[in-house]
Amino acid sequence: MKRSWNSFVWLGFGTTLGAILSYFLVFLLFPVTRDIPWVTFALFVPAVWLLVAGVSRAFGQPERYRGKVAGPILGMLSVTLIGLFGYFAFALTKDLPSASAALHPGQQAPDFTLADAGGKPVALSEILRHNRGAVLIFYRGYW
Amino acid sequence: MDSCEDSRKLCQSQGYTFPILSDPKAEVIRSYGVLHARAGMNDQDIARPAEFLVDAAGVIRWVNLTEDIRVRARPENVLRAIDELLPAKASTR
Repeated sequence: MKRSWNSFVWLGFGTTLGAILSYFLVFLLFPVTRDIPWVTFALFVPAVWLLVAGVSRAFGQPERYRGKVAGPILGMLSVTLIGLFGYFAFALTKDLPSASAALHPGQQAPDFTLADAGGKPVALSEILRHNRGAVLIFYRGYW
Repeated sequence: MDSCEDSRKLCQSQGYTFPILSDPKAEVIRSYGVLHARAGMNDQDIARPAEFLVDAAGVIRWVNLTEDIRVRARPENVLRAIDELLPAKASTR
């Protein structure tokens, strides 16, 4: 009897990849799915279920299903990817020093002069002289 | 942190018209207390993400300090802070 293609392991792996890619392409854009990536983790549930079902039928019914080689490889890859995503979401992006040293409301904002994108010096005091206020956004760079 | 040249490319590609300033020695970053030491490329000192609203008198009125670099102030958060905390624009139009 010809053994059938074990679609579960491939679908499981595909769902894992799709869950992670969709986080960066879609769910990162909305605070409700970005801050705690619950949609992504919800998608990992069927992904793992498909992989477990696929691998167990590859080994349980080897006369009917293929996937004894692909199943464990895709399973391990998926587990690794899920682990890396978990590390990214729960450790890597929270790896920040304490914010206790930061200036707080009520304090005077230290004046400064820094070069803008054209190399022209820009002073905070000069901006404040001509506007009702200023928003200072500190960011990490490398975009 | 980004050089002026990097910021120029970013402004050009995104059409930003607000000033993007470069703090290569992290002096201003330090003076606002938002240093993330040696977290950049080649162990460079960079800033932790932070947003400050300063009024015309130079007083800080609102601060947003995240504990996760994925989670930062959205434009609507900043606009609400401006509406609530800064005196309305003088009607000199």
